[in-house]
Amino acid sequence: MQAYPTETDPIFGRLSWEAIPFHEPILLATFAGVALGGIALVALLTYFRVWGYLWKNWITSIDHKKIGIMYMILGLIMLLRGFADALMMRAQQAIAFGDSAGFLPPHHYDQVFTAHGVIMIFFVAMPLITGLMNYVVPLQIGARDVAFPFLNNFSFWMTTMGAVLVMASLFVGEFARTGWLAFPPLSGILASPDVGVDYYIWSLQIAGVGTLLSGVNLLVTIVKMRAPGMDMMKMPVFTWTALCTNILIVAAFPVLTAVLGMLSMDRLLGTHFFTNELGGNAMMYVNLIWIWGHPEVYILILPCFGIFSEVVSTYCSKRLFGYTSMVYATCVIMILSYLVWLHHFFTMGSGASVNSFFGITTMIISIPTGAKLFNWLFTMYRGRIRFELPMMWTVAFMVTFTIGGMTGVMLAIPPADFVLHNSLFLIAHFHNVIIGGVLFGLFAGINYWFPKAFGFKLDVFWGKVSFWFWVVGFYVAWMPVYALGFMGVTRRLNHIEDPSLAPYFQVAAFGVVLIALGIGAMLVQFGVSFMRRKQLRDVTGDPWGGRTLEWSTSSPPPDYNFAFTPVVHDNDTWADMKKNGYKRPLKDFVAIHMPSNTGAGFIIAALSAVIGFATIWHMWALAVIGFVAMMAVIIGHTFNYKRDFYISAEEVTRTEEQHTALLGSHV
Amino acid sequence: MSDINVTSAGAMSADPSSRYLVREHHPEHGTMLGFWIYLMSDCLIFACLFATYAVLGRNYAGGPSGGELFDLKLIALNTAFLLFSSITYGFAMLQAKVKNKGGTLLWLAVTGLFGLCFLGVEIYEFMHLIHEGAGPQRSGFLTSFFALVGTHGLHVTFGAIWLVTLMVQISKHGLHAANMRRLNCLSLFWHFLDVVWIGVFTFVYLMGVLP
Amino acid sequence: MLLPLLWLTGCNTVVLNPSGDIAAQQAHLVMVSVYLMLLIVVPVIFLTLYFAWRYRQSNTKATYAPDWDHSTKLELVIWGVPLLLIIVLGLITWISTHLLDPYRPLQRLDEKRPIPAGVTPMTVEVVALDWKWLFIYPEQGVATVNELVTPVDRPIKFKITASTVMNAFYVPAMAGMIYAMPAMETQLNAVMNKAGTYDGFSSNYSGAGFSGMRFKYHAMPQGDFDAWVAKMKAGGGELTRTDYVQLAKPSEKDPVRRYAAVDPTLYSAIVNLCVEPGTKCMAQTMHEDAQRNAAAAAHKKAQHEAGKKANPGEIARVAQLGAEVCTTPADKPTISMKTDNASVSN
Repeated sequence: MQAYPTETDPIFGRLSWEAIPFHEPILLATFAGVALGGIALVALLTYFRVWGYLWKNWITSIDHKKIGIMYMILGLIMLLRGFADALMMRAQQAIAFGDSAGFLPPHHYDQVFTAHGVIMIFFVAMPLITGLMNYVVPLQIGARDVAFPFLNNFSFWMTTMGAVLVMASLFVGEFARTGWLAFPPLSGILASPDVGVDYYIWSLQIAGVGTLLSGVNLLVTIVKMRAPGMDMMKMPVFTWTALCTNILIVAAFPVLTAVLGMLSMDRLLGTHFFTNELGGNAMMYVNLIWIWGHPEVYILILPCFGIFSEVVSTYCSKRLFGYTSMVYATCVIMILSYLVWLHHFFTMGSGASVNSFFGITTMIISIPTGAKLFNWLFTMYRGRIRFELPMMWTVAFMVTFTIGGMTGVMLAIPPADFVLHNSLFLIAHFHNVIIGGVLFGLFAGINYWFPKAFGFKLDVFWGKVSFWFWVVGFYVAWMPVYALGFMGVTRRLNHIEDPSLAPYFQVAAFGVVLIALGIGAMLVQFGVSFMRRKQLRDVTGDPWGGRTLEWSTSSPPPDYNFAFTPVVHDNDTWADMKKNGYKRPLKDFVAIHMPSNTGAGFIIAALSAVIGFATIWHMWALAVIGFVAMMAVIIGHTFNYKRDFYISAEEVTRTEEQHTALLGSHV
Repeated sequence: MSDINVTSAGAMSADPSSRYLVREHHPEHGTMLGFWIYLMSDCLIFACLFATYAVLGRNYAGGPSGGELFDLKLIALNTAFLLFSSITYGFAMLQAKVKNKGGTLLWLAVTGLFGLCFLGVEIYEFMHLIHEGAGPQRSGFLTSFFALVGTHGLHVTFGAIWLVTLMVQISKHGLHAANMRRLNCLSLFWHFLDVVWIGVFTFVYLMGVLP
Repeated sequence: MLLPLLWLTGCNTVVLNPSGDIAAQQAHLVMVSVYLMLLIVVPVIFLTLYFAWRYRQSNTKATYAPDWDHSTKLELVIWGVPLLLIIVLGLITWISTHLLDPYRPLQRLDEKRPIPAGVTPMTVEVVALDWKWLFIYPEQGVATVNELVTPVDRPIKFKITASTVMNAFYVPAMAGMIYAMPAMETQLNAVMNKAGTYDGFSSNYSGAGFSGMRFKYHAMPQGDFDAWVAKMKAGGGELTRTDYVQLAKPSEKDPVRRYAAVDPTLYSAIVNLCVEPGTKCMAQTMHEDAQRNAAAAAHKKAQHEAGKKANPGEIARVAQLGAEVCTTPADKPTISMKTDNASVSN
């Protein structure tokens, strides 16, 4: 147990040496590993003198492509951390039966399952989908960058600083032990007086600001910066889903900001939003957090639906079936996602009419979702399907997500939910839709757009190894969990009474090991692809026979994306251009106006992390200093009006000629 | 925020591919739309606070209620300060439209002054309540009251800081395009806070004294 | 997919094979929804795999129609069939949610038997503590910790609350779960049809001792239950408010405790957060809160009237009116922030 000094030190607040978990061997070992790895990395970077390069070209970059790549790196790194948590949980639950207490003390286990959920949703799934949207959308609409490039950089660093705070909680203090949504009164100051919930609040608030601004950014980009001729109904489907996703972000994340703000006021100031006594109401939190929470899961899945639409039509060499109906289905899903939140707490006792209403609206969402699935199916029908990796992931998604969706509709019937809520059946359901839907979609998207971003394809052999371990591992890991739900096993248990359940947990643990091999194979895939990049080179910029505008650029695209802004005449713009004998312009290039890199985003985000850390530990002086410094940097930044430059016509010409030469070498 | 422009140079070629390209493209400025969207997200935060007040607003927990605490005359004064500040901001915008830097700065200063008066009265009200034992820790009603009204006050504070910053920037650089955009955004922000305040004095103060 | 489902109904899948009527109806619902949805899910999965195989690139015999991207008829089916299914499920949802509302008193013992005449529901009061379960049997005047005992074939009305954090009361063999929340009361109406020992636990994570927060539920014939009550009463032990305060302190994996007598006002005090002496019950506070603004308004009016009239008799009368109106049961003085003298009533 953490012991906190009762008197607050004026400089260090409640931070003391006791905050470092010297007595937890697992954490110490992890810290040692991370520290050694970190030192090695820093040493390497210093040896190769790349700090300047990193700062100038990546950290301060406002280029949506670089920012997109950085988001993907963040998401993949955090996937390893979140998955380590999953491994630990499955291992514990495979062992801890009857008299055995397992290897994780309950105090640690309870942090692990909380951190697992928080990390996977906020620091894996969100960055990965934001990264893909950031990279792809401007290219798909024929734009040179997003509407607010500086804000884009700032948003990325805010998300990263949120992740930094979560990781810091491993080694300094502890994380929340409340589950990923931290319901009060458990997350209130009385039941959780330690720093864990504060780390939770601050990492999410900081990351949340980043996400909200990113939502505003992409919304304005899509509305205002489409190439001439690209009416809304000529936008690629991925851009449509990005539009709806960002509307959801803008309309949902403020609720998270508000409710976490209220929780932090209860903890810091002793207010009574969610307390039991003096007029608080904990049910208010449950409602508000799920009013955010349900749109959040649609934020995660909608872009992946967009990815599948692009992938299916590309690899079936066929127009997407039912474009109009896809667009309407996406918009209907977006709107309906606001009308279902209560299905997350049917068991809170709202009464039959309220419960039925939300149950029925939940079921109604399955109609447009099913329509999308059928549309992909009928795109495959009478197509010529090439089973490149993205298409394999898509077929796996279609089967897996259908099962997950079915279990979701089962849970949508309130009396059925009364016996399945919070059980392992529920856990299996949402992992089914998130892994089968979001993660498989992200892997399809990564394999699909990787050559565009880096100029070489991903290795197919290791990609297939990863694919099969993931898909088989998924079913081996999660089907027993559905069964366990029917056996009346609830979630978040660090110890299980009935030893006859052990075989199910052990099969599930084996499945997770298979998935671990899948992740390992994916990392090998990245490494091998890099080493074999010459053989895997994408010379044309269009390795798959793509149909949308991003494939009209080189791989990787030049900084300015398009030497001349494209004009759009049809859906599947690039396919249309290819069909009509489009040829790249070779001369008469002009100077291009570009935004400048800046370090302000990184600095402001870093200062906000300092403020967060200081507030968590009650280091008030540092918090105030940090806040004043942050305001000074923000205000100072607004005095900088010179934020742009021109790429000269000569440089554009040179870049385009290089691309022409590359294309010629291929022939 | 700068445009991403393509300035034209050179003649259009007769290449049929030219129907797929444009040599001069000025994407529309996204700043106002972006600021509107941000403002609506801020509005949503206020909506959550209003909703919380709706749920907790009668939970006096044996402590003082709105009927016992609110001095509606003082609130009327405060409301006047804020509403006048909106009008004076409008005068500032009219001056800015005709590029009268001095006039703009004058009316901005008056706006800021009214805003500071509003904040002063509000701080006085809060201090008095806390002194009387009716602070945010007393009950769910007072918690939600301070959160809603206090958040609004914090927004006005940030608006005032922004206003002063913008006044410095206008006096340094004049009323060029970037500063006009900023004035427009602050204008939206300021009027928005006014609208929220109307909601506050209606739902919190006027209705809060009703049985 | 069906085969595993059938196998599941065998292996201690208590959710699908419960012993209480409510849970049985809920299990039935689960199965019905699965079968209805399989009508769509099975063809979809089959078609996915079939199309993937048939339209693979190497199968040049299959028709290739690269520009075929629309069919109104197909869209009607694509939107219409799921819509029909959801309409059916929606109706099932509306009806079953109302019939199986935990607050709704039972209408039958099981699918074959109505409630016999003269059988009334038995009340059990449930308190989720950190991290154990307290059961109070108000009609019998006894209490237990971590052990629930009821007669078989008799509707039970559970009144549920919690002491500090949110929990959920769940006996899978009997009925669905419902949250147990502090300062609030939820209700669950259920019945156990088979004698036996069943597992009960919390299904909402509530902190350090959550995993150990389990109890055994013994359902027995009415005669055996009466004997159990008699044994309890002979066993000794009393649950007073002081005992409760001790009991409510955090502890994990508590052994079963039995009390022959229990303070009849204890449960109500727990729900109203006024077990400790000197604390005010929430129901009382809320009742007084409801009058506060009216009292304040009348007080202001009285003051205003008193200020207007100079007539002493009038002043005395109005002052008395003010004093009467301002005599609220609250023992705290009311305060106002008017700039004139702070007025204190009562």
